[in-house]
Amino acid sequence: MFGWEFPPYMSGGLGTACSGLTGALTGFGHPVLFVIPHCDPAEEASHVSLISASGFPLLETDLACPALKNPDVRTVDSLLMPYTGDHRYRERLKRRNDPEGTGTSSGTLSFDLSGNYGPDLMQEVRRFGMVAGAVARRHSFDIIHAHDWMTVHAGLYAREISGKPLILHIHSLEFDRSGNRIDPAIYDMERHGMRAADHVIAVSQYTKEMIVEHYGIDRRKISVVYNAATRHPDSITRFDQSSGRGEIKTVLFLGRITFQKGPEYFIEAAARVLKVFPEVRFIMAGSGDLMNLMIERVAELGIGQNFHFTGFLRGSDVERIFARSDLYVMPSVSEPFGIAPLEALLCDVPVIISKQSGVSEILHHALKVNFWDIDEMADNMIAVLKYPALVKEMMLRASEEIKRIRWQNSAARVIGIYRRVLAAAGPT
Amino acid sequence: MPGICLCFQVHRPVILKRYTFFDIGRHHLYEDQEANRRILNQLADSCYLPANRLLLRLMEKSEGRFRVAFALSGAMIHLCEKYRQDIMEGFRRLADTGCVEFLNEADPHSLAFLFSPREFREQIEAHKKKIQELFGQNPTTFHCTDLIYSNELAGVAEEMGHSAFLAEGGQGLPGFQGPDFVYQPADCARLKLLLRNYHLSADIRLHFSDGSRNGHPFPAGWFAERILHSLENSGGQVVNLFLDYETSGKYLTPDRGNSEFLQALSAEMLGQPDFHFQLPAEIAQRYDPQARLDVTDSASGFDIHRNLTTVAGNAMQQDALRALYDLEEAVRKRKDADCLAIWRMLQTSDYFNYMCTEGFADRVRRHDSGPYGSPYESYINYMNILEDFSRTLQS
Repeated sequence: MFGWEFPPYMSGGLGTACSGLTGALTGFGHPVLFVIPHCDPAEEASHVSLISASGFPLLETDLACPALKNPDVRTVDSLLMPYTGDHRYRERLKRRNDPEGTGTSSGTLSFDLSGNYGPDLMQEVRRFGMVAGAVARRHSFDIIHAHDWMTVHAGLYAREISGKPLILHIHSLEFDRSGNRIDPAIYDMERHGMRAADHVIAVSQYTKEMIVEHYGIDRRKISVVYNAATRHPDSITRFDQSSGRGEIKTVLFLGRITFQKGPEYFIEAAARVLKVFPEVRFIMAGSGDLMNLMIERVAELGIGQNFHFTGFLRGSDVERIFARSDLYVMPSVSEPFGIAPLEALLCDVPVIISKQSGVSEILHHALKVNFWDIDEMADNMIAVLKYPALVKEMMLRASEEIKRIRWQNSAARVIGIYRRVLAAAGPT
Repeated sequence: MPGICLCFQVHRPVILKRYTFFDIGRHHLYEDQEANRRILNQLADSCYLPANRLLLRLMEKSEGRFRVAFALSGAMIHLCEKYRQDIMEGFRRLADTGCVEFLNEADPHSLAFLFSPREFREQIEAHKKKIQELFGQNPTTFHCTDLIYSNELAGVAEEMGHSAFLAEGGQGLPGFQGPDFVYQPADCARLKLLLRNYHLSADIRLHFSDGSRNGHPFPAGWFAERILHSLENSGGQVVNLFLDYETSGKYLTPDRGNSEFLQALSAEMLGQPDFHFQLPAEIAQRYDPQARLDVTDSASGFDIHRNLTTVAGNAMQQDALRALYDLEEAVRKRKDADCLAIWRMLQTSDYFNYMCTEGFADRVRRHDSGPYGSPYESYINYMNILEDFSRTLQS
């Protein structure tokens, strides 16, 4: 399996999804080799065999044949940022003067990859692909499963070397992330990958339709496998007593503060709510390229006293903020899936989700709005804060529903797809 | 002399406006006039008018032997009078044949019996008065919303002068011998209890909706035989068919092929010796009760709580109903007919039915998520309206 994120090396939902899916796959007795750009070899305590592409020993032959039959891949010197706005790792990025980025200092040949999303991303994606070829030569496996466009290169190269079938799992598309200002290089990579892959997995019907419509992929080649969510082992209940929900109601936005996540709709709705309920507190947790703009907008609306920005949260901080919230809102403009609402429900927080999301296909006991309908969003926020019977009934039903949204179900679907793809590929 | 009682329920709730929290205090128009007009227009042409014409023709052709009962709700009367008076005119012409009985119910198709005995009785009286004014009939058969039944309800009906009560259920009770018999409620001296034949009613409904779609309706003779068979097997007195006029009516229009079905069915039934279409009041007069049925609140087959789960089973429904009936005193104090009318309109049980969360995911899969998209949206909308109404009462 090739992925760009895996806990704790992650900035968003992709890592959470990869961890949940592989956990259930190994639980069913299917060992997973998981290759990510960078991880600390000393820190391996995971259900998968985590392989760091960074520092993976390479031979001259590995470097000699990046001869991918891929007309669309080219190195572009632009500021590519697939999940825009997460620059926090940049200081860790170690760059060599060596133009190919190969290090030979200790006598062995290897790349140094950061696994970050930054200006060098396209370059890293290419190097990751070369390492993938080397991994494919040294390890044995039955099927290749790659996650999102960053690993298309790697998946195709590994297939070229091993002859094993490739499944491309789409968690997010350039169309989701950037709306109409899509990056053609990323779009090309996505399209090429989906065309070339033996099968495509989409995280929702919503994403499947988008793949068919915008990428022209044959719908028969695409299967929908929904994500799931698990309650973290160190459950939040311990926060319940100490810092529980108080007199003042709290409404939460949690996610990257980017175009895709619709933070401005949350702020406009908040301003409407505050006109009738001046006591409500709003929290925007996360970071991203629109953060400064959002802070300015909050100031402009004069609601700063009730509106707080926390910056990027991880691990137990996420659970802590859920435990303190009375409502979670996901106003995404385009959300292929959206695991966070499931996590909110697992923490007993009711949710309002955008209809433009994959998770709304499987979550029935939630409030749903069109992301642009600020009045509706504000009306629903008020209803949650004002009508306890609504919350009681919705949470009762949602807690039943969420018990059935399990990674085991997703993994079982994925295994079924593996079987079909392997059968179609014939004996190797 | 066995019989068949054909009863159509004619009911539509008033469609409420999408009413957000921000509308509170800004306007007090809860009724979505445009949507009500549009939908009633559609239904008038596709269902009510042609179905009424067909029934009239059958009555005239059979020289009065084909007879039909209507459970026409106050909410529906309100809509017709406001938007399509010709629908009401059609019912009046049917009434003029003398072959039609109108049932009595709590006017807005409400659940008032659960919360306010006084209001319940007043609604029954109000509905009775409307039927008298519209059709010159004094209704003597009573039925409750969703055909709910209990000893207590029967007591109210008898006290108010009804001679028959139409209900659903009875299975498993001592004395129960099947739905095709006339019973007597435990604590009543005169009132007769008629029970809906659920299976045959459901079969006909299925025939109307599925049969015409597939283009292969069962022959009417087959149904007539089933009805006779059912009576023969049980030794029963009368088969009570209780059907929704809107779902059946849509399929009674000539182009659906079912008008022939109903004509053929009526011809088949009327062709049987000693077989009659009968009206509930006639049944109550003609037959002696077969047994007494004792239906306390939790008696099986009538289980009032089970029947109520779809309208009053969850926290939202109970909260909304409580908030609604908490306003009773304030409404009465106002002594304002418009206020009372709005409060009554808001009692229509459909609004609480929309809030049902049980099986909601399955309904979504069948593309039936209700007029509001979800039970939660319907509750929010309803509560916002109630909040505004409550504030106008205080002002």
